[in-house]
Amino acid sequence: MTEFLQQLLNGLSLGAIYALIALGYTMVYGVLRFINFAHSDVFMVGAFIGYYVGRHLPENTLGGGLIVLTAAMLGCALLGVTIERLAYRRLRGGPTLNVLITAIGVSLLLESSGQVFFGAEPRTFPAVFPAKDFAFGGLVISTNQLLVIAVALLLVVALQFIVFRTKIGTAMRAVALNPKAAQLVGINNNTVISFTFALGSALAGAGGILYAMNYPSIDPLMGVMPGLKAFVAAVLGGIGNIPGAALGGLILGTVETFVGGSQFSTYKDAIAFGVLILILLFRPAGLLGKSTVEKV
Amino acid sequence: MISALLKKFSVPALAALLAVAARADDIKVGEFASLTGKEAAFGQSSHKGTLLAVEEINAGGGVLGQQLDLLTEDDQSKSGEASTAVRKLIARDKAVAILGEVASSRSIEAAPICQHSHIPMISPSSTNPKVTAIGNYIFRVCFTDPFQGKVLAKFARDTLHAHRIAVLTSVSSAYSVGLAKYFIEPFTAGGGEIAVDEKYSEGDKDFRAQLTSIKASNVDAIFVPGYYTEAALICKQAHELGLSVPIFGGDGWEAPELIEIGGADVEGCYYSTHYSPKASVPAVQAFVKRYQARFDGETPDAMAALGYDSAMVLADAIKRAGSTDGEKIRDALAATKDFPGITGKTTIDEQRNATKSAVIITVKNGQFEFVQIVEP
Repeated sequence: MTEFLQQLLNGLSLGAIYALIALGYTMVYGVLRFINFAHSDVFMVGAFIGYYVGRHLPENTLGGGLIVLTAAMLGCALLGVTIERLAYRRLRGGPTLNVLITAIGVSLLLESSGQVFFGAEPRTFPAVFPAKDFAFGGLVISTNQLLVIAVALLLVVALQFIVFRTKIGTAMRAVALNPKAAQLVGINNNTVISFTFALGSALAGAGGILYAMNYPSIDPLMGVMPGLKAFVAAVLGGIGNIPGAALGGLILGTVETFVGGSQFSTYKDAIAFGVLILILLFRPAGLLGKSTVEKV
Repeated sequence: MISALLKKFSVPALAALLAVAARADDIKVGEFASLTGKEAAFGQSSHKGTLLAVEEINAGGGVLGQQLDLLTEDDQSKSGEASTAVRKLIARDKAVAILGEVASSRSIEAAPICQHSHIPMISPSSTNPKVTAIGNYIFRVCFTDPFQGKVLAKFARDTLHAHRIAVLTSVSSAYSVGLAKYFIEPFTAGGGEIAVDEKYSEGDKDFRAQLTSIKASNVDAIFVPGYYTEAALICKQAHELGLSVPIFGGDGWEAPELIEIGGADVEGCYYSTHYSPKASVPAVQAFVKRYQARFDGETPDAMAALGYDSAMVLADAIKRAGSTDGEKIRDALAATKDFPGITGKTTIDEQRNATKSAVIITVKNGQFEFVQIVEP
């Protein structure tokens, strides 16, 4: 029983990180209907911002940790807006495939630049937040794991609030529904889209810090695998749907952990992705996604 | 007809090529190493050792009256890049011999190319037996995993007094899979029990799932036959989950990054390796001094010492061959006997492997400490 609870906790904290990255994919998709493949590399940049800022701050302090988190989120938001301005904006209105390929290009650019500027060897991420482990019987709970889960849940609620209860959120939904009509009613599409990228990228930055705190070895290619899994999580939950992305992340992380702890640990990724195929067979739009008729 | 035509044209072309090669002043030695990427610590150490050896050889007048020219290619710790690097070294740079790699998977990848081109290859520190089994042009100057596995099995039984052991293997590394196998065989034959056999993949960062199931099975020790990046994270997460049994591994742990990433969590861990810079052998101490003078006070680890030895063994073979012809160097390498190196005397056996002693190292107060030496 203790083992089951421990694995569940491990799975949820891993899933929460996937969820944080998945939220960024899903937000951009929700508004622009394209997959921002550079998102997982923004996540990596977030971890590196944390690494460089964290080295100049005292370790294991709440204040220092919050500064690192804020710096990474701001830095990534700026990076996200810049990427959108320089790479994607000119392609808006053209076929989605063009933007998609550009996104892959930006992703490779960030990975290679990371190797040039940060160096290709793995770095040790400093302990920015104070961490403690609590033991309940055989169950060990670390504050880092709890923090990840708490932050992920908090951000889902905050995002739901922004999208459905604020003016800018209404504008985002309007742009998603019909960009031309949104412009006609006086919405500045560029501002709204920039805001979407800033928000999504800030989430990736937060995800990068939380990931690096739990797995303190970072390198410029660290975003590739979590990014892929988060993308899968977003699709699993129904891409474009915010609670769906969180749910998808948690399911994927939990399945992966339970398989990883069993005798089939060799096949943990295969089984996790197998679950995705199974779910999509029965619910093609994802768990919480709505099936919509493709606009022609 | 076609072959006659080919002969007519290719013979002068070949002669011209040979003339160019003969006119070049230096003997070109190719090296491929993981200078960047996941196993960069290995590649960097090994490369520095090799470089020091080549510089010393050249300062002493070179080989056959010619200087050695070390051409180094980075394979970025990636499979696929190793074969590209070696193909370039042989085809374009016309290296007469190849030195590399540390990681067995990448040595296995590059070896068939050297074998096919009849260019001798010496791996400084790949321990998987398959490396030299690829062909008669492939050599190594370190011990093999069957030996290392035996040493570790004996160590687990006699020093750690462990009977139930968990093994955590990287399925995507030839080194890890091989070492796990060669550890499990003698360990179970000696009455030990493998309670859990868990797997992970290279580049994984989350091991909590595997470690939680290991914790539930009450083992005496955990064997992690992997590389230092994963080993350090495994030690960290094991302690976070409240596992306090000893964790030990093989020579893949040998890197300062183990302590850098693992911090206090790698204290009291053990691993086996090829040499200790703290050994009181005069040759070792002299080497440590020269290495520190050359590389800003850095202490050479086992990969550096083996990198050094690989270049020295090659230079010795070229000298005895009296030529830079691939086949002649190969024959001379195969005849290497009792060549004195930093990691002990190198004698190449019929399987083109070296037989050497192993040392056990532990981490104490943030430093690598020598525990014991195990003779073959």
